Amino acid sequence: MKLKSQMKKLAIAVAATSVITIGSVAQAADTIKVGILHSLSGTMAISETTLKDTMLMLIEEQNKKGGLLGKKLEPVVVDPASNWPLFAEKTRELITKDGVDAIFGCWTSVSRKSVLPVVEELKVPLFYPVQYEGEESSKYVYYTGAAPNQQAIPAVDYLMDQGVKRWVLAGTDYVYPRTTNKILEAYLKDKGVPASDIMINYTPFGHSDWQSIVSDIKKFGAAGKKTAVVSTINGDANVPFYKELGNQGVSAEDIPVVAFSVGEEELSGIDTKPLVGHLAAWNYFMSVDAPENDAFIEAWQKFIKNEKRVTNDPMEAHYVGFNMWVEAVKKAGTTDSEAVSDAIIGVTTPNLSGGVSAMMPNHHITKPVLIGEIQDDGQFQIVSQTPGLVAGDAWSDFLPGSKDLIADWRAPLSCGNYNVKTAKCSGQNYE
Amino acid sequence: MRIFILLLAALFSLNATGKADQLINESELKSAFEVMEGRDFAAKEAALKTILNSGLENAQKIVAGVLEGDVMLVKKTNAVVFVEKKDRKYLATDVLTGEKVGEFSKRKLKKFSINNSLRSFIRDLLALQDLTNSDPEKRLLAVNTMLANPDASHQAILEPLLQTESDEAVKAAMQLSISLSKLSDDDPTVQLKAIGAVKESLEPAVRNKLKVLAETSSSVPVKKAAENALIKIDDRIELFGHLETLFFGISAGTVLVLAAIGLAITFGVMGVINMAHGELIMLGAYTTYLIQLVMPSMPGLSLALAIPGAFVVSGLVGIAIERGVIRFLYGRPLETLLATFGISLILQQLVRTLISPQNVPVANPEFMSGLLEINSVFSLTYNRLYIIAFCLLVFAVLFFVLKKTRLGLQVRAVSQNRAMARAMGVRSSRVDALTFGLGAGIAGVAGVALSQLTNVGPNLGQAYIVDSFMVVVFGGVGNLWGTLISGLGLGIANKFMEPWAGAVMAKILVLVFVILFIQKKPRGLFPQKGRAVEN
Repeated sequence: MKLKSQMKKLAIAVAATSVITIGSVAQAADTIKVGILHSLSGTMAISETTLKDTMLMLIEEQNKKGGLLGKKLEPVVVDPASNWPLFAEKTRELITKDGVDAIFGCWTSVSRKSVLPVVEELKVPLFYPVQYEGEESSKYVYYTGAAPNQQAIPAVDYLMDQGVKRWVLAGTDYVYPRTTNKILEAYLKDKGVPASDIMINYTPFGHSDWQSIVSDIKKFGAAGKKTAVVSTINGDANVPFYKELGNQGVSAEDIPVVAFSVGEEELSGIDTKPLVGHLAAWNYFMSVDAPENDAFIEAWQKFIKNEKRVTNDPMEAHYVGFNMWVEAVKKAGTTDSEAVSDAIIGVTTPNLSGGVSAMMPNHHITKPVLIGEIQDDGQFQIVSQTPGLVAGDAWSDFLPGSKDLIADWRAPLSCGNYNVKTAKCSGQNYE
Repeated sequence: MRIFILLLAALFSLNATGKADQLINESELKSAFEVMEGRDFAAKEAALKTILNSGLENAQKIVAGVLEGDVMLVKKTNAVVFVEKKDRKYLATDVLTGEKVGEFSKRKLKKFSINNSLRSFIRDLLALQDLTNSDPEKRLLAVNTMLANPDASHQAILEPLLQTESDEAVKAAMQLSISLSKLSDDDPTVQLKAIGAVKESLEPAVRNKLKVLAETSSSVPVKKAAENALIKIDDRIELFGHLETLFFGISAGTVLVLAAIGLAITFGVMGVINMAHGELIMLGAYTTYLIQLVMPSMPGLSLALAIPGAFVVSGLVGIAIERGVIRFLYGRPLETLLATFGISLILQQLVRTLISPQNVPVANPEFMSGLLEINSVFSLTYNRLYIIAFCLLVFAVLFFVLKKTRLGLQVRAVSQNRAMARAMGVRSSRVDALTFGLGAGIAGVAGVALSQLTNVGPNLGQAYIVDSFMVVVFGGVGNLWGTLISGLGLGIANKFMEPWAGAVMAKILVLVFVILFIQKKPRGLFPQKGRAVEN
């Protein structure tokens, strides 16, 4: 009797499971899954959470337009929690378990470097929306954020025009600030800045005691030459950094700080009155005056049900990247990564500052460069703009190891680091 | 240069004739405002000068308003207005006529956009105007602004004003600025005299000028005098630099002490390794945030209420942990460690789920921002001064509780010799619960202090748990003085190493030092004494 009822229970369980499995398999065939890989907790959550929401909005809007290739898009959200090895694990999970056809994600370069071998092994594209240090080009990564020649170099040029002669390069201690500072140091020395006029400083993620560093910046800036800080500080360490600048009386007129990883989202939680005049360099600001931008902001605030939420550059990069992917899939007629990879090069799509963005053969896009000053409401006021679009250059012309390298993923080259002098294509694991 | 003198002449002519006739006509003023509305930042400098020299009574107020954002443009009518914010609306008054134009929402108004170089330009312009202001504080600020950006024209501007200046501080600042200008004089005798006048000053502008003289002066006595003055000034700057590093070290140390002192009690008295200590700190910080949500416009009062609030919240959580989990694991340190580690994870996730996985903003009250300037090279930030005072206060209160109250007596008895204390009638299990509660409550209070210095998020505790154990182990378990000295010592050591080793390396070196020290003296700087303890 007991055995019979146990067998009965087992039979029902098996039947139920198979129905569900068959049902979900049938369901799976009807949707295209898109992976969203952004930290929703930890030190980077301050920057990345809004990108997850942006992707959800873009997917919802695309579904309203009828989806893609006749199927609905289904977002799959995971939380890698600012934990770099967890990024790699979650990527594997998204691809092998959830079966996503594309991943939109990452912020810090260390998270991207962690994900890189996984997407190359499993051959699913990653759309990376954040400014980074270059020195990389992968067949399975599309870099919709700025390369150093689309952000760092123009920012330094702007400061030089403003008369800056002494430079503090302050960054968080990981690959992006280290490489960017290498490039900037080489660039500054090229322009005749002596080594004694350059001060470089690194701090760990989440660093909160900025007293001595801000004091050193003040001292460095009191030597009689105009001094500026180029900040590659990432994550919530920025909040106590700016607070300390305010407390120690470092105003933007004395020592301006231009940041590459601070945008409207990072400023939305703090009082920006003491920060007025400090700068950021991006390819998009919420304050850009363009009808596409107004429409995007309205749709975003409606979607997130909050009039106070802001938009920023990485959100625009996801907007551009997602639309490019949709275009490429439509062109190729399939979500297969190789077909998409061939179809996506040359795809153009409107950006939010009134122009268009094109996907280049090196998997970077064309972007305008904007320099903005922080206002007391947390918005940026554009004080300088490149007249045209700048194409992203993966391999910096200012570092001896990468001067001669180009990336071109079209046939027949199909190589991420091709040396034009030796006519050889080296693999991803260069020095 | 010449422009400043022209400006000054304009200023004097204004003063001389009283209410002046319009020096420029309406259309010139209108086109100046039009330039201000536009995007050409270079042209705005000239436009601002036009407005300042326009002869309008409130010309200075308009230019100051552009700087502060109090002057805006009404989009519809192109009228330039002063605005006063009232709730979400702006009350506008016309700059030219002074009549009220109406109330507008932010969308109907446009700011005049300026950039950093324009801001500094306006400040310099206004500084020159303020030299004759009736308020001596404003005059001092004006002279100091000029001192920060010295210019050859300043001497000519300040010398006549010096004759009529009454305020001592302003006079001294003016004399310094004039001497600074004289350092660039062609006559070496004048230069030598000027060096003598400025050699006590620590102003960066003075030091930079002396450096130039010491390197490039053609006159030998001037060069020598500049070099000597420079050496003395550099020595003083170095001394103040060390004092400043000491201050940073003490403030970093007091943060460590606050975080660790609760642990010193629980670890010291009961030998319990509480891995949830960091989360108790975090709960205190979140209590501050929640109280601030209730009274958002009074950050000072909410901070004052948060101190007892956090003590109670963290204390109760501590007692709950002790009664619920730790009580059953006495004498089993590994299990306690694991169990409290689990509790720390639960507390973190609880906060992530109930409040938010992201950081929450905690406002600093007004009195905690800004700095106390001792001299041009040495200033103390107020928030750190308050934290140092707060830490010493907490330490004193805890000391008083442990040494002078009955509970303190019982705590000390139980920690020295539990069996004997029980034999004397002390209810040791009740004392345990209260001790744990006390330690947890102090951790909560530390969280209130930390909320003013660093980001408040669910991971706040993780950043301080290792440091807390390090301080307690180094200082000697169970000893309050040990914790104080160890915390301050480690903070100071860290800050002195930071300039040449970098933040990351300094932390590593401190940890290595503590590890090596523990090899020699395993029970820390001030170990507990007594036969029972040594077992």
